[in-house]
Amino acid sequence: MEFKFFYHFGRFILMIKGMFSRPENMRMYWKEFMHQCTDIGVGSLGIVFIISLFLGAVTTVQTAYQLVAGFIPKSTIAQIVRDTLILELAPTMVCIVLGGVVGSKIASELGNMRISEQIDAQEIMGINTKAYLIGPKILAALITIPCLVVIAAFLGIWGGLQAGMLSGIISSEEYMKGLRAAFDGYNVFVMLSKAFTYSFIISSIPAYYGYNVTGGALEIGRASTKAVVVSCILILFTDYLLAAMLL
Amino acid sequence: MIELINIRKSFGEKVILQDVSAKMEAGKTNLIIGASGSGKTVLMKCMVGLIKPDSGQILYNGKDFTAMDDMEKKPIRQEIGMLFQGSALFDSMTVEENVMFPLDMFARGNYKEKRKRMQECLDRVNLKDANKKYPAEISGGMKKRVGIARAIVLNPKYLFVDEPNSGLDPQTSLVIDKLIKDLTAEYNITTVVNTHDMNTVMESGDHIMYMHQGLKQWEGSNKDIIFAKDKKLNDFIFASEFFQDIKEMRQSEYFQDNKWRGGKQEGGNKTNS
Ligand SMILES: Nc1ncnc2c1ncn2[C@@H]1O[C@H](COP(=O)(O)OP(=O)(O)O)[C@@H](O)[C@H]1O
Ligand SMILES: [Mg+2]
Repeated sequence: MEFKFFYHFGRFILMIKGMFSRPENMRMYWKEFMHQCTDIGVGSLGIVFIISLFLGAVTTVQTAYQLVAGFIPKSTIAQIVRDTLILELAPTMVCIVLGGVVGSKIASELGNMRISEQIDAQEIMGINTKAYLIGPKILAALITIPCLVVIAAFLGIWGGLQAGMLSGIISSEEYMKGLRAAFDGYNVFVMLSKAFTYSFIISSIPAYYGYNVTGGALEIGRASTKAVVVSCILILFTDYLLAAMLL
Repeated sequence: MIELINIRKSFGEKVILQDVSAKMEAGKTNLIIGASGSGKTVLMKCMVGLIKPDSGQILYNGKDFTAMDDMEKKPIRQEIGMLFQGSALFDSMTVEENVMFPLDMFARGNYKEKRKRMQECLDRVNLKDANKKYPAEISGGMKKRVGIARAIVLNPKYLFVDEPNSGLDPQTSLVIDKLIKDLTAEYNITTVVNTHDMNTVMESGDHIMYMHQGLKQWEGSNKDIIFAKDKKLNDFIFASEFFQDIKEMRQSEYFQDNKWRGGKQEGGNKTNS
């Protein structure tokens, strides 16, 4: 795989810049936006539900396993579960999974439209396809994915409680006590910052690769694989950057 | 009217169009013919602005399309309808949604009026009982019709059609050709059609441009193409078995001597007997 960073970066910026123009017809843009919200947001609820429950459950069990010293109160487990979920697992893990789900969907949808000349057809009608096809996707991702991340945090914490009670590690009173102890609202801010940044990555990178597919149907698959790989790497990279900057 | 002035285009080292100039007149079916790979599609994409030519001008009614930016191009683009070689229907939409799309995006008027116009166009291309079907569920010929309906729904002044007959049976081809020809005359559209189908050429070639390796090799109408002197053009048109008869006829003494042009009844009688 060739690595032409500046070439892609420049084209990416141009694509984002090209998105800003007056919509030809606000109603159609709104319709497309709502459609994307359903596709990206509602469509990903199931997978987010499942992974966040298990993330919470596993974190509880493993934290309990690691905290062997007797003098540490059990409620600390809940505290750790809460903070790891909010700071790291809910935004990063969920977005990496969504990067695969949503990213490949966006890349292959646009790639298919490009190969079958549907994008050209719209372009000829006088539509700014960057604005009409990419804009609503990014906007929908920016709005729905942070919501999904918040839901994931809550579900994860609830999943942790269930796992804790099921395996007899911690009682529900102790868990609740831990949840309320030393809660820092700033962590939620960090979570949301991460979620917004990742949402942009998850939607714009696959859009870039999909929109610029050339060649045949084989290239669509290649573009969506590349898009998912690049977005995952970028998510982990910005995860580190944000952690270093915000914490 | 569309005017092309000295259009050149290369992809890397490969020269695709070398200095093409032409005039496409309104109310006529202007054909661009030539073998596969001769640059027909590239030329058409240059005309509609999907490919930027390296040099040269494209004038729409005297206005230089190549010099415009995207915003300035928009009003002209809304007067352009195009049928792509692969039809390029939106496959997430049904047939009627496909035809409604340009209306929803650009047309004024209420839902009822738009639906009426949509139905008009689908009737015009003779497409029945397919309104609720998806592109994947209809045949190639039907797709082309939907493509045409979508292209004409906004009453375009310019209609571009890339290989309307590729992948169609001869009968359906004829129907599509006739449809394009009729629409052109009916609404005085400047129509440009890419084709290598000789039936189309004879049927609707008001103005024909023969492309060979990126050069305009010959220009004329379907009335004189059979008797054109150009060697390459002859090879191209007589490659079809359908035209073997004509080729043989042409090679007969009668045509060789060119008697058919000046010569009166005498020559005519000779071949008939
Ligand atoms: N985007 C492109 N990049 C490079 N070469 C191209 C591109 N599009 C077309 N070509 C080349 O231009 C030539 C003419 O193609 P085309 O116009 O599609 O021919 P046709 O007359 O069959 O429509 C072909 O040799 C093709 O390989
Ligand atoms: Mg072609």
